[in-house]
Order: sequence, then structure tokens, then C-alpha cells
Amino acid sequence: MADRGFSVSRLPGFTPTAMLVFVALYLPILMLVAFSFNAGKSVASFEGFTLQWFVKAWANDHVKDATLRSLVIAVVAASVATVVATAAALGTTRRKAFKGQTFIYVVINQPLMVPEIVTAVALLIFFAQIKVLTGYQGLGYLVTAHAAFCIPFAYLPIRARLEGMDLTLESAAADLYASPWQTFRFVTLPLLLPGMIAGFMLAFVTSLDDVVITLFVKSAGQDTLPTYMLGQIRRQITTEVYAISTVLLGLTVVLLTAFFLLTRKKD
Amino acid sequence: MTAATQSMIEARHTVKAFGQGDHIVRALDDVSITINKGEFFTLLGPSGCGKTTLLRLIAGFEMPTAGHILLDGVDITDLPPNRRPVNTVFQSYALFPHLTVAQNIGFGLEMQGRPRAEVAKTTAEMLALVKLEPMANRKTSQLSGGQQQRVALARALAPKPKVLLLDEPLSALDLKLRKEMQVELKRLQQETGITFVFVTHDQEEALTMSDRIGVMSAGKLQQVGSPKDIYTRPVNRFVASFIGETNFLPATPVAGGLQLGCGAVVEGLTTAKPSVTLTIRPEQIRITPADDAGAIPATVTSLVYFGTDTHCHMALSDGAEVVVRVQSPASGEAGVRTGDSVGLRFQPAAAQVLED
Repeated sequence: MADRGFSVSRLPGFTPTAMLVFVALYLPILMLVAFSFNAGKSVASFEGFTLQWFVKAWANDHVKDATLRSLVIAVVAASVATVVATAAALGTTRRKAFKGQTFIYVVINQPLMVPEIVTAVALLIFFAQIKVLTGYQGLGYLVTAHAAFCIPFAYLPIRARLEGMDLTLESAAADLYASPWQTFRFVTLPLLLPGMIAGFMLAFVTSLDDVVITLFVKSAGQDTLPTYMLGQIRRQITTEVYAISTVLLGLTVVLLTAFFLLTRKKD
Repeated sequence: MTAATQSMIEARHTVKAFGQGDHIVRALDDVSITINKGEFFTLLGPSGCGKTTLLRLIAGFEMPTAGHILLDGVDITDLPPNRRPVNTVFQSYALFPHLTVAQNIGFGLEMQGRPRAEVAKTTAEMLALVKLEPMANRKTSQLSGGQQQRVALARALAPKPKVLLLDEPLSALDLKLRKEMQVELKRLQQETGITFVFVTHDQEEALTMSDRIGVMSAGKLQQVGSPKDIYTRPVNRFVASFIGETNFLPATPVAGGLQLGCGAVVEGLTTAKPSVTLTIRPEQIRITPADDAGAIPATVTSLVYFGTDTHCHMALSDGAEVVVRVQSPASGEAGVRTGDSVGLRFQPAAAQVLED
């Protein structure tokens, strides 16, 4: 593309600028990872290698409790979001273009655009009403909230996959005596699966990571991993939190790698 | 046999309009056609003529705006594609990328709920029919274009449909492979006895393969007939010019024949119209010496060499252009040169009077 013509990479200062951005993005993370192995408690100096913070975090019942809750919420919310997003993606791609299509896209992707704090406060009020009415205090509020804001993250890769699919394949299935349900089950769904897995993983990571909405919606004793860590850091800086962050980072890298492998173009 | 049992597909006054308001396009404009049992029928026409739309109506992918479609005497106009005993070979093949060759071929039978043993047996037969047995367990992406084409054929033939629809299936293949597949298709049609409806814009393909051809243009059926009928007896200018090359000469009726613009009279042809067009194929015209008294005088304006023959472009005395095809002799020379004065002769029976 950039043959002889304009190329950003030949502008003066391109390399230093790029380096600066990478340093700003990744140096803090690298430091976090390094200090999670620090034998001392200070963040000022590295006093030798240790795995004790990982061991301590693992042994901490609060951490275990929060981790389990986070995983339960993330798995359920991501599953719900994936199913809803698949239905939404089918509804917006497998039909003739209709009036207000763009509006529907905006509605589905609303959580990406509305400031999270607004959603958080709105949910706080809304769920408070329901709590008063039903008396239910469980994890359902968090799961519902997470599922809702995870939908666009699941929707985008699923829709992209559907749009990239050759519609003739579905015609061919119908031509070969497949009912609409069989066409979906034996042709659309298998071809859509990588997109759905990618959508699930994005939704999962998004849920796992959420602080703002969780803080507003959770009841007492419903700490997720991020809100627990926030609470810890407010009291005193604990190296345990670094260790947990490092593990989360590792998990994210694994998931995103899998996401990349699943969504890249075949051949 | 009565006419009703002879016909496999009957389209009655089918109209297909796309768009709304002022932008309505009639892709099919009151088309009625009968396709007989066991015949290789070709829908031929330029792109946008409505041939693919007609095919999609027969397959059930589109609903006609008006009219009916009958299959073997039964009105199928309102049936969805999965309930029509009709299968399609798509232009893009549309093979299922997540299934193997054998699974692709067995797909239709599986969807019909046929017993496992029957699916396996028919799939094996189909693999043999298209000579792809060694490829049974490959993914379709591992096959060449020609092999994918054969899988698409086998997949569509496996459920033994009453009609096989083929939507320009050879257009993605190179010339040599296309010729092979033309022979292969004709063989498959004769072996299976299934009615084939073949859509193409390639007139040569249509002439070599079909039992009958329906020529379409601008959403209307222009002419239906055997390849020979269509080539030698075109009913209008469009058919004459779309199938093969031809010459058009304006003519007016005079006593004993039709008079061309240059003054020559072609004897034995008549018309009721005040002016008509005479069409004559380039290979039907002979070049004679300039002193041939009864011939139409002409001047050679240019020669175009095609290998097997040479196209000699001629000008008649009134300026009308005529192309004459001369088969190349061993020497490769056409026997005339640019600027030569010659005579032209043809059998009046080889010419066709077009009244449009």
C-alpha cells in the first residue's frame, strides 16, 4: 500500500514516539509482574525473588471466596450474554435491511457508549426497588448487571462472523431439504461457533474485570476479585494484590491468545 | 402420453418484480415455459436477463410476484425450497466448509431422514459417479476447483431430485476444464435421466449441451427451441445476434423476392412487412470472382485471422458491411486480399427474414 507514497513510518520521530507509547503501555505492567515476585514489601526496591505472595494469596480465604464469586458471575453472565448476542446478531444480519437498523445497532451497543458510572447508579436505584419488592438479596443482581453490559462485547465478534459467512451456504442447506431449524443447527451454528467462543471470552474477561458497576450493585459480602483488591489497596499496599493481578494478567493473555487463534482468517 | 405427464416444469405467466414505487424492475416479465421430463434444458441470455431469477423461482429461493410454477403437474409456487424435490448446483458451489466431501454429498439424504445405511450407500455411489472416491474424507477446501464442482454435482444429485438446477456452474473453471465438465455433465444427465435446467450466458456451451434452449432477454423469453432451431431459425434480432455471429441486411419486398440496400434481389423470400432485416450467417456466404454475373458485388475491407478460419469483412455497394467466414486452407491464406473486388453468393434458404 505505502509504495513510494506516504508512509507514517518514514515521518521524523516515528520510532521514538512508538517506543514511548509501548513503554507507557507496558512498563507499568512489567513492573507489577516483577514486584509480585519481590521478597520485600516495598515498592521502592527489589529485594530478591519469592513466590510467597502467590502462596499467601492462594491461602487467603477472602481471595478464594472473591475469586470463586468472580468466576461464577463471569461464566454465567458471559453465557447469557453470548446467547442473547447470538440471537441479536442473527436478528440483525439474517433478514433484509430494515428501517432503523442503525438505531438497533446503537441500542445493542449502548453499554459501550453510556458512561459506566451512569449505568451503575441507574442499576443501584433499579435493583434497590426490586430488593424492596422481592426481598431477594442474592448474586442474581450482579449476574444480571454483568450479563447486560457484556452483551455488546459478545455481539461484535458474533455479528462479524455472521456477516462474513456466505449466505449461499444457508440457501444450499434449504435446497437440500434442511428445515430452517436444521439449517441453523447443521450449517449456521457450526460455522458461527468460533465467533460465539470469541464473543464468550471477550464477555468473560469484561465481566471478570468490572469494578464500577459491581461496586454499586453488590450487596455486603459480595466482593468480586477486583472489588476485594480495591478494598485491600485502600487499607495498605499489599504485595498479595500484585500476585493476584499477575495471575489475572496471565489468564487474560491466555484467553486473548485463544481469541486471536479462533478469529483469525483460515488459510 | 398426454401433455401433462410430459412436462416436468411448467412456469405459467410468472412475474418477478424487485423494488418499490418508481423503481420497480421486472426481472421476469410474464414468462411461460414448459420443460419436459428427462431433457437437458438451457436458459441462455446475457447477465440481467432474468434467467437466474427464473432458476431461483423454480428452486424456491424467490417467490413470484405473479404466476404459478408447477413441478410434475403439482403447483409448488408456495412451497419453501426444502420441500421441493429440486436440487441446485450453485455458481459458487456453496460446499459446506465444515464438512468432508462425503458428508457434503450425504447432507441432503441426512436432512431427509434416510436410514444411515442408505446414506452411506448412496454417498458411495455418488462418489463413484463423479470419480472422487479417494477424496471422500477430505475437507472441501483441500480440493481443486474442478473437484469442488464435482462434489457440488454429486451433492445435488444424491437425493435423486426430479430436477437438477445448475446456475452457471462452469463459469469459474478454466477453458480446458470447462470443456471436460461439459462432456461430464452431459454424461451424468444421460446416466441419471434427471431433468437438467442449466443457466448460462455462454452460447457455445448452450449449443453443445442442450436438448432445448430458452433464450431470454430483458425478463422475457425470446425463443425456445433445439440448438439447431435457435441457430438457423432465430425469430428476432436479439436471438440472431446473441447466438453466434451473423450479418444483418435491411431489405424491402419486391416482385419475386427481397431487395437489399445495394440493389441485389434475394429470390424466393417474402414478407408482408414494408421493410425487414435479412440475417445470414458468415459461414453461409461464398466468395466468387468479381465477374460472377449473378453474385452480389462487394469489396474486401479487412481480413481477421482466427486460426481455423478467416473473417473477411466486405462492403457492399451501398456501404453495408458483411462478414464472410472462410475456412483456412492448408496455406493459411484466405484467397482474397484487402481491396479486392469480389462477388458474394448464398442460398436464399440459409437466410432468415426478421420482421422486428
